[in-house]
Amino acid sequence: MLDVTRIRQDFPILARRVHGKPLVYLDNAATTQKPRQVIEALVTYYSQHNANIHRGLHALAEEATAAYEGARERAARFLNAQTRGVVFTRNATEAINLFAQAWGRANLKPGDEILLTEMEHHSNLVPWQLVAQATGAQLRFAQITDDGRLEVERVRRVLTPKTKVVAFTLMSNVLGTITPAAELVRLAHAQGALVLVDGAQAVPHMPVDFAALGCDVLVASAHKMLGPTGVGVLAARPDLLESMEPFLGGGEMIADVQLTSATWNEVPWKFEAGTPHIGGVIAFGEALAYLERLGMANVRQHAMDLTRYALERLAAVPGIMLYGPRDVVQRGGAVSFNLEGLHPHDVGTVLDGEGVAVRAGHHCAKPLMRRLGVAATVRASFYLYNTREEVDRLVEALRAAQAFFNRPVRSAA
Amino acid sequence: MLDQLDELYRDVILDHFKASAHRGEAPGASFRAEGHNPLCGDDLTFTATMKDGRFGQVRFTGKGCAISQATASMFSAQLEGKTVEQTGRLIRAMKALMQGETLEASVDLGDLEALAGVRKFPVRIKCAALSWNAIEQGLQNLHQSRAEGSRP
Ligand SMILES: Cc1ncc(COP(=O)(O)O)c(C=O)c1O
Repeated sequence: MLDVTRIRQDFPILARRVHGKPLVYLDNAATTQKPRQVIEALVTYYSQHNANIHRGLHALAEEATAAYEGARERAARFLNAQTRGVVFTRNATEAINLFAQAWGRANLKPGDEILLTEMEHHSNLVPWQLVAQATGAQLRFAQITDDGRLEVERVRRVLTPKTKVVAFTLMSNVLGTITPAAELVRLAHAQGALVLVDGAQAVPHMPVDFAALGCDVLVASAHKMLGPTGVGVLAARPDLLESMEPFLGGGEMIADVQLTSATWNEVPWKFEAGTPHIGGVIAFGEALAYLERLGMANVRQHAMDLTRYALERLAAVPGIMLYGPRDVVQRGGAVSFNLEGLHPHDVGTVLDGEGVAVRAGHHCAKPLMRRLGVAATVRASFYLYNTREEVDRLVEALRAAQAFFNRPVRSAA
Repeated sequence: MLDQLDELYRDVILDHFKASAHRGEAPGASFRAEGHNPLCGDDLTFTATMKDGRFGQVRFTGKGCAISQATASMFSAQLEGKTVEQTGRLIRAMKALMQGETLEASVDLGDLEALAGVRKFPVRIKCAALSWNAIEQGLQNLHQSRAEGSRP
């Protein structure tokens, strides 16, 4: 169990008022708020230790390097991956692009297939479109069920000996769906395909074990798990990273440089060209420490309790259409819905007026919107500091939106 | 905030949104304009008859939020009977209204005046602007096809 009252005191922003009302922040799938500990880690880094890493001989450079590499070790432990397999990027998107480009360009050829699902975030779709265009490989898609689940059988149907890589989300940012990842990894490996798991939503909200999943690459974004923006993580098998050519060239990623050629640094540094977001990575380490203290199993339990409560309360709102699985065991805390006759943007505007922050739109998953037959949805997404009272505020605000738009109006037209 | 919401979604706007007299297609239309906002998925298609350089019947179809759909309805109503030149002035007036600039006194906005409240919601201006951007583009296309058609 999480002590949410105490947790909330760690998040300064939760004391804010918006349009005169206490903030109810339910846009956590977009980015989460940051606890004091993470904000202070940034301040401490810049006020006490700021220096470039891996190259100075002075005390500050050593401190900064130790803290940065310490965050890498913590990230590896958090994901149960090897430290040498953890690469810091700008975000999950860059991590996917890194693998798609660095591995894909060298290993894909015309006739090969890249297997994705219908519910991918644009981040796990467009990078593959780019490598497909560059290599002549074909994109294939596993279909989801009408209630937004990914069945193993449907993936099996489109997986062939031509499939060279399978990339899918572990938790949908729109529907909350948790995919049967470990089983999909086994299937894909049996066909000789590599697997990238998009953990941008799953890693913040449930225990994710890279080794147990058995996938080849796992990506996540720090800002969706209490950390700062500008930091992403790619966890991969070190031998896979070693077999890949670099993604970006520059400082830090080299061993030796001649005028017309260069050799590469060891992994993971081979994939970290240029000065990284040092302070951000260190603060990300604090975010991971915060999550470790709470325990990811507890974070997951809280999400299930709150999602169950939210689904129950939302289902009772007249004229609501809920998307995604109803069983909280099969889903996380991103809940998408629409209100009959109302456009999500209009709903979002009224909710904002009530101090309730949600996302309204296509959630960077336009193909999924088409699959659901909608242009957009309203999405409320919860995190470890959200409460049942906040779910109640959401439901009240939705009813207020309905009353507002369904009010009798003087006929003018 | 509630005051501002009332300003944004005035009765006139909700009325046009829910029960527009201009929804549909204009029979025998010679003018067609389309607007699409990929960011929010809003779509608008205007059709209109034109005679002697003036808009006759103007109709629209499409889907989207209350602001985009109500604007399309009000804009259709205002276009009827206007010359291309008057339409240009109306469009300039709407852009000025969104920027909070003073309007040319001679332009009658009719119900479109109700859109003044949108200015306080910067992210929603594009919802309203979809209509006049579509019409502006439609007129340019018309102009171009005429120019091409009259080439010897
Ligand atoms: C499932 C999923 N994948 C990838 C991303 C991309 O994350 P970022 O924008 O931090 O790169 C997101 C973020 O919305 C996401 O929800």
